[in-house]
Amino acid sequence: MTTTTHEPGYADLPRLISLMTGDDKHHAAAESTVDVLWVLFDRVLDLGPETARRPGRDRFLLSKGHGPMAYYAVLVAKGWLDEDELAGWSSARSRLGHHPDRVRAPGVEISSGSLGHGLPIAVGAALGLRARRFRSRIVTLVGDAELDEGSNHEAIAVAARLGLGTLTTVVVDNQSSTHGWPGGIARRFETEGWAVRTVSGRDHEALYDAFTTPHPGRPLAVVAVVEPKGAH
Amino acid sequence: MPNMRDTFLATAEEIVNTDQDVAIVLADISAAALAEAARRHPDRVINVGIREQLLVSTAAGLALAGLRPIVHTFNAFLVERAFEQIKLDLSHQELGAVLVSYGASYDMPMEGRTHQAPGDVALIDSLPGWYVHVPGHPEEARRLLLDSVPGDSRTYLRLSAQENSEPHLGVGLQTIRQGTRGAVIAVGPMLDRVLEAAEGMDVTVLYTSTVRPFDAEGLRAAVPGVADVALVEPYLKGTSAHCVADALADRPHRLLNLGTRRDAEVRIYGTLADHDLVHGLDAGSIALSLKEFFTG
Repeated sequence: MTTTTHEPGYADLPRLISLMTGDDKHHAAAESTVDVLWVLFDRVLDLGPETARRPGRDRFLLSKGHGPMAYYAVLVAKGWLDEDELAGWSSARSRLGHHPDRVRAPGVEISSGSLGHGLPIAVGAALGLRARRFRSRIVTLVGDAELDEGSNHEAIAVAARLGLGTLTTVVVDNQSSTHGWPGGIARRFETEGWAVRTVSGRDHEALYDAFTTPHPGRPLAVVAVVEPKGAH
Repeated sequence: MPNMRDTFLATAEEIVNTDQDVAIVLADISAAALAEAARRHPDRVINVGIREQLLVSTAAGLALAGLRPIVHTFNAFLVERAFEQIKLDLSHQELGAVLVSYGASYDMPMEGRTHQAPGDVALIDSLPGWYVHVPGHPEEARRLLLDSVPGDSRTYLRLSAQENSEPHLGVGLQTIRQGTRGAVIAVGPMLDRVLEAAEGMDVTVLYTSTVRPFDAEGLRAAVPGVADVALVEPYLKGTSAHCVADALADRPHRLLNLGTRRDAEVRIYGTLADHDLVHGLDAGSIALSLKEFFTG
């Protein structure tokens, strides 16, 4: 008799998310990031529980920490967390809260919640890994409204000047920024010298191509466009 | 001997030349003095421009990548402007860094309030686990920096233009003078003026360049009988009062707090001496306060 172990895949994510949301009604903030997260963890990043402490691993910094259900679901699917943990999330007994805590949850590279911290930390991580001669990739995920925080713009301006080619910012754009960006988010990054690709945040092949097409010597911004917030 | 700031910059350059796991992060301030180091180590001596939030976040990222960051600018911008980055990107992430400020409470008196940060130590004190060093002499600043770089502590090193004539390189509360009527704790650059103020008074004078962690055991040993304590700090008055109160919680005691004023926004320009007078931190004002407290 053979036993097959089921390795969770993309198709399992809605069920895993519903363990936290209580039913099939998915929270918009969780849903907006799910495809980007899946493509990154499944196909792009050299990152896993087995190599969690390897100094030269790739880094994923979730800056937009609110609505982390899709993130936790992907961490379960990739073996960082046990599925059984999801149902009790956000209780005093759980290590999984409404904003992730790196000190408590495995696989979580930074604690987030207050907006505008992931990208600036990612700039430092890219500098540090370069100084240590690692070629690790650093990917940070931000929301389009999160870009309102001025700290991001300190980082956007400096990253390209310092030639941080290992740094990727993925902006999940659900058009929720209050005042928006003249000429679009892409232009904001382009002006500062980033390589920029705008794709559908639901199209896995387009996301994969955007993340993996070379962009030598320049940081990369991937604008992943999803449905407007509240359009569900 | 060069002043604290120049001593720090020379020492930091030595460290970054020697230890390839150390990085220095700047926000324009002092960048010219470290230009040669930046030329030699472009990946590890980083000037982010006038961007203090990024200054601290960059340090956090460097620590995340396994480096040991030394971060430097004026304290008004390092601690106050970038406080959320200190709270979240360093403390909450449990990432280490050595923050080194210059400017103290009013080291640039002619620049006005925007360049004064007497609340910096109180702000850092709101976060657990930080080392806070307030050197009173350039040699102490050098030693404290060298001692802070190994490991992955979160350390705040507060440099000042004001200094004492002699260094005291010991740890914890160091007994400078013995007396019987109580103790005066002089923090960092306050020592020489406290010694002058306490001339002829029967009090113990204790000195420290490290206020966090606070040497509670040292204080208890120094005031075995009469627990009258005067605390003279070069920043916001009473910043360490809770540490003294905790150290002496099981015995009756009185506490006098001297430091920069909490009751008024000081808007004068002028000199360091003018500001010492306004805050009652010149030797004459301290002497009056001590006399009233210990004989009262």
